[in-house]
Amino acid sequence: MAVVETRKLTKVFKRGNVGAVNNVDLESREGEFLVLLGPSGSGKTTLLRMIAGLEEPTSGDILIGGRLVNDLTPRERGIAMVFQSYALYPHLSVFNNIVFPLKAQGVPKERRQKQAEWAASLLGIQHLFARKPRELSGGERQRVALARAIVREPSLFLLDEPLSNLDAKLRASAREELEQFQERIGTTTIYVTHDQVEAMAMGDRVVVMSQGVVRQIGTPADVYDEPADTFVATFLGSPPMNILPFEETLVGFRPEHFLPVGVSERPGASVSYSYHIDHSEYLGAELVLYGVMVGGAFDGMKAISRVPSTHAAGLTDGSTHTFWVGASDVKFFDRVTSKRTTASRLPS
Amino acid sequence: MARRRQRKVVLNVAMWCVRIVFGALLAFPFYWMLITTFKRNTDLNNLKNNPFIFNEPPTLDHLRLLFHETMFGRWVLNTAFAGLIVVIITLVLAVPAAYALARLTGNWGAQLGIGVFLTYLVPPTLLFIPLSKVVAMLGLQDTLWSVIVVYPTFTLPFSIWLLMGFFKSIPKDLDDAAMVDGLTRWGAFVKLMIPMSVSGILTVVIFAFTLVTQEFVYALTFISSAANQTVGVGVPTYLVRGDVYYWGSLMAACLITSVPIGILYNTFLDRFIEGFTGGAVK
Repeated sequence: MAVVETRKLTKVFKRGNVGAVNNVDLESREGEFLVLLGPSGSGKTTLLRMIAGLEEPTSGDILIGGRLVNDLTPRERGIAMVFQSYALYPHLSVFNNIVFPLKAQGVPKERRQKQAEWAASLLGIQHLFARKPRELSGGERQRVALARAIVREPSLFLLDEPLSNLDAKLRASAREELEQFQERIGTTTIYVTHDQVEAMAMGDRVVVMSQGVVRQIGTPADVYDEPADTFVATFLGSPPMNILPFEETLVGFRPEHFLPVGVSERPGASVSYSYHIDHSEYLGAELVLYGVMVGGAFDGMKAISRVPSTHAAGLTDGSTHTFWVGASDVKFFDRVTSKRTTASRLPS
Repeated sequence: MARRRQRKVVLNVAMWCVRIVFGALLAFPFYWMLITTFKRNTDLNNLKNNPFIFNEPPTLDHLRLLFHETMFGRWVLNTAFAGLIVVIITLVLAVPAAYALARLTGNWGAQLGIGVFLTYLVPPTLLFIPLSKVVAMLGLQDTLWSVIVVYPTFTLPFSIWLLMGFFKSIPKDLDDAAMVDGLTRWGAFVKLMIPMSVSGILTVVIFAFTLVTQEFVYALTFISSAANQTVGVGVPTYLVRGDVYYWGSLMAACLITSVPIGILYNTFLDRFIEGFTGGAVK
């Protein structure tokens, strides 16, 4: 078990260009499941590869278990990594793939066998030992890659989008499995993904990244309910948070908090707006409305609403209704920096 | 039902026709060598005879001439020895070079790879003059070692080029995984990249060996004594005397040297074609 820490970690691929990762300060907790979340090109994989030792930082420090590892090779860092492609060795059987890291470390044969059986039993793949990677399904490959990663009981577990190659159905079950698995082995894990659902579902904490910069670190509830800036606010949540300009600030509220009057009354103050529905999408459990505000501070601005199907009666395209949003659900952002600010006053 | 069956039969017949035509086309040179090897000269030289069959009883005279009156056996050994050493030199230099160019040199690698390949395009007919000076400087004139030193100049560029393609087709993640799993870069190269490019390496082995057996210009210019000659030069030099062609012996020599290479190619044919990285990545 180990804690990972990065200090002012920066990676610049081409001199003169903006860094792929810029001044990232990060500290994991013992046994934590830390998710790096961001769109492609946000630097999350580069950050992970630097922690793994596969990419050399331009500046900054990486500490694993309190030890500075900047100058250590990947093999000296005591980590294990699962790649997006799984990177199974195609010419080796599943068994030989799993014991490969042990062989490389010169672990004696009997112990290798024991360790491989232990890892395989955790993932339920003992019956695949004799097969070659090309004879496995996507889900089986993923398990073999995981088994290969845990077999030497690493102090740190790095996962680079390990679920992105699975189909949607399998992904959901694999996600749950992976989560339970991590809890059971209790190894500190850093998990890279661009999928916000994965991040929210699995992460103890989520690190939201964009353009090589950490935008926010917090629990899934933190980053969703209390976004630090408009990027986090709009990146998490689908459809994204409504962000509307008002005086010197940007006002944000989530579509699921913007509801017809009468639906889900929250204690405390609320503001109501006249809302004209342009068109709607029926998604089964809910109805997503696309429309414009009528009158008031936001006159003519577009907004999205997510209404539970059970309350969707009468919300037809072209109709206008009174919608409201709880005062505590309204977030304010600075118009220039796009960072969170404290509220001035609620626009009505 | 009947029509379907009919179609299947027609398709089958067509397939076999194609197979037979191509098979015959490819087998014909071997048949020609074989039949000529055992034909009497009187049979060979009579234009009225059907050239495709034995018109007179077969003979072993040509083989006798080849093995007793020329140093054919010695040439074959020379060629095999030179081939072996050249293959070893080629592998020792080309495999690491190709890996380095494919993986470690970034954008430079591709440019450098093209540069290396361009040297392959300079013909031996131009190069043998400066190279003869090099051979003389090394004191290797009229020895088998002269060609052993010179042959890698054309086996290397092509081999490096070919292996670069192989290494590039192996996903980079595998190198990374190997290094995270506890190998050094060199370890990953030796324990992973080489076993995974066996087909490429075999292709290089056969390619280099074939080039050595068929090379003519360098062997002709650098080696003069019969005992040091290779097959490619020895056979035409000593079996074409003035304007007399010893067809039977020539064909016997060709047959004996080409059959093993043909068998070698066939044995490893699957290896060449095998999609070796299947299953590495999704």
